[in-house]
Amino acid sequence: MAEDRRGDAGDDRSAGDPVADAFADGPAFVPYLAVGDPDYESSLAYVEALAEGGADVIELGLPFSEPIAEGPTIQNAVARALEAGMTPTRFFEFVEDLDVDVPLVCMTYYNLIYQFGSGQGPRPFVERAAEVGISGFVVPDLPAEEAGPLREACDEFGLHLISIVAPTTDKERLEKLVEVSSGYVYVQARLGVTGASSSVSDRTGESLARLSDVDLPKAVGFGISSGEQAATIVEAGADGIIVGSALVDIVAEGHERGESTEAVADRLETKARELKRGALDGYGRRTPAPEGTSD
Amino acid sequence: MSSEGERSGTGGDGGEWIAAGDGKFGRYGGQYVPEALMPAIEELTDAYERYVLNNEDGFMDEFRRRIREFGGRPTPLQRADRLSERYDTEVYLKREDLLHGGAHKLNNALGQVLLAKYMGKERIIAETGAGQHGTATAMAAAHLDMPCEVYMGERDINRQRPNVFRMKINGSEVTPVTTGRGTLKEAISETMRDWATNVEDTHYVIGSVVGPHPFPKMVRDFQALISEEAREQAIERTGDLPDSVVACAGGGSNTMGAFHEFVGDGSVDLFAVEAGGSSLAVDEEEGVAPNSASLSTGSEGVLHGARTKLLQDHDGQIVESHSVSSGLDYAGVGPELAYLVDEGRVTPVNVDDDAAIEGFHRLSQEEGIIPALESAHALAYLHEQHEELGEVTVVNVSGRGDKDLESVIEETTRRDVPNAPDMSMFEGGL
Ligand SMILES: Cc1ncc(COP(=O)(O)O)c(C=O)c1O
Repeated sequence: MAEDRRGDAGDDRSAGDPVADAFADGPAFVPYLAVGDPDYESSLAYVEALAEGGADVIELGLPFSEPIAEGPTIQNAVARALEAGMTPTRFFEFVEDLDVDVPLVCMTYYNLIYQFGSGQGPRPFVERAAEVGISGFVVPDLPAEEAGPLREACDEFGLHLISIVAPTTDKERLEKLVEVSSGYVYVQARLGVTGASSSVSDRTGESLARLSDVDLPKAVGFGISSGEQAATIVEAGADGIIVGSALVDIVAEGHERGESTEAVADRLETKARELKRGALDGYGRRTPAPEGTSD
Repeated sequence: MSSEGERSGTGGDGGEWIAAGDGKFGRYGGQYVPEALMPAIEELTDAYERYVLNNEDGFMDEFRRRIREFGGRPTPLQRADRLSERYDTEVYLKREDLLHGGAHKLNNALGQVLLAKYMGKERIIAETGAGQHGTATAMAAAHLDMPCEVYMGERDINRQRPNVFRMKINGSEVTPVTTGRGTLKEAISETMRDWATNVEDTHYVIGSVVGPHPFPKMVRDFQALISEEAREQAIERTGDLPDSVVACAGGGSNTMGAFHEFVGDGSVDLFAVEAGGSSLAVDEEEGVAPNSASLSTGSEGVLHGARTKLLQDHDGQIVESHSVSSGLDYAGVGPELAYLVDEGRVTPVNVDDDAAIEGFHRLSQEEGIIPALESAHALAYLHEQHEELGEVTVVNVSGRGDKDLESVIEETTRRDVPNAPDMSMFEGGL
């Protein structure tokens, strides 16, 4: 796959693609939070805590009313954020207000991208995202078949479109996906919807093996909740780990118990450190000695 | 239009291979679903082409035999004598309420469960609003010996208890969905989540002409039996095509079923009657539309796998819909119907909750047919606009109203319905 987009884009986007850099040395820790959960101010503090805890890329969930790819944890987070008034416009303000030095990826559903700027297609949304410093998108309800217009807009503004590869994705589909993908590949560790789980799917190794020819970093997500799981996955060859529900659970618990924003932020930071540490440990455990990431 | 030349209702006429097309109806349609589902959708598209469009292994023959013997097709096209007299036009009722299970939903449910069987799937899941689709799927699954789980919004479970019982009695699981307002929209989202988890051995029997390609076309093809029969029956009875066809539109499956074979008949006016609810306005602040009129008042967007007309706020958040009838209570509509509306071929209209309740009582009293509250919308439109409909009108009675009796009693006592019987004896519940 000599013509992967990282190569193409790298040329005109200068050497410093922050997403590529995040994966450049050692495994990347990629946390997710629903933006605005449970409210705007706390959410700012929570995202900043993840950066403090060692995040290499942060996925910021822009809440959509019909999150069909999410399990109960993130569904509830999205509902809390919407209830508290989160909108695409507020989301972009949020990104501007954030004080972090980590590449940011916007995770949302296609209808919000499409409607922004009165339903004229994805371009206005991408333009605004580029303005506030977003580096890319993950759009769970946009398979390669429908990704054309968003890919085009991303190319125009120098943003990544990160594709999700599922355990059901075969070689043929993989090729289609890689054609529209850049930044990294989101490897879905198991079938189903988002949600923390106590065991790591043994399909992860299989998926990574299938992706061995793909010249993009592979970040594995869905179900990771502990440093030990992070280690196992990185040891199996992942270039990064994506963790959502386990972090959202901390936010939800804090909210239910009425804890202070600082207390919850502290716990998020601690959890982030555990996950990042786990990823590094897994990297160290690789045999033979680590040869760097897949390229 | 992109769907022309693909009429599959008649199945394998030998020779020519018919392709499913690209799933687009003009700007509408498509496949907006998680990647995990795409291989299953490709597999389904392939099965749709082979079995439905090309009658491979005699699939369509078996479907037609079963829908006749198990389902009770053809359903009659009945002249409604008193309504005809009242409106001084010829009114014909397509009696889908007489189909097994009491609604048009069986056409699609039986088709899809049979297809799942041909595909070697081991488990059936479905969502349901009014419970009619759930019931039809449960019946088809029992008939074809497949395990079945049905997702249903909690609010709809309360509105449609008789259908919940029927699903369970037929051996299906009924899983309540508590998110959002607990109606069809949430049930569809939840069924998609189940499908994404169990996609390798499970088929999702979607309940209307909605969702990702190939569902809108495939469901339409199974439902097209309605217009195939109605068209022949009308010609037989009156010597000519009707002047208009009227059907209620939730997702739009009975609408597309009733319209499909007439789409090419330019002289036949097609009216899709939506639920006007209590008002056509949308409250963006609250995120609710007190109606389900996505064709009349919605805007283009992407929901549940397709680009179509939706009830949404200006950010693109889907708003909660409302209708007195749970089968119409959905914020989206089938992409083909949206396309036919844009093309000017189908006229979207709506009637409000009050008119629907009146329509319910009118048909019950004047013709001895208790219609589903969904179908009552089509009858209410006939009542309001009969002068515009020409000399011969076909109204699709998509289902019977037994499931709605509790709701009707409650809704009738809550308002001033001029043609309602005295309900006082029901005070304190059924
Ligand atoms: C009797 C009846 N008619 C109509 C509908 C609306 O569905 P659609 O518009 O998809 O035919 C339903 C849905 O449950 C129904 O039960």
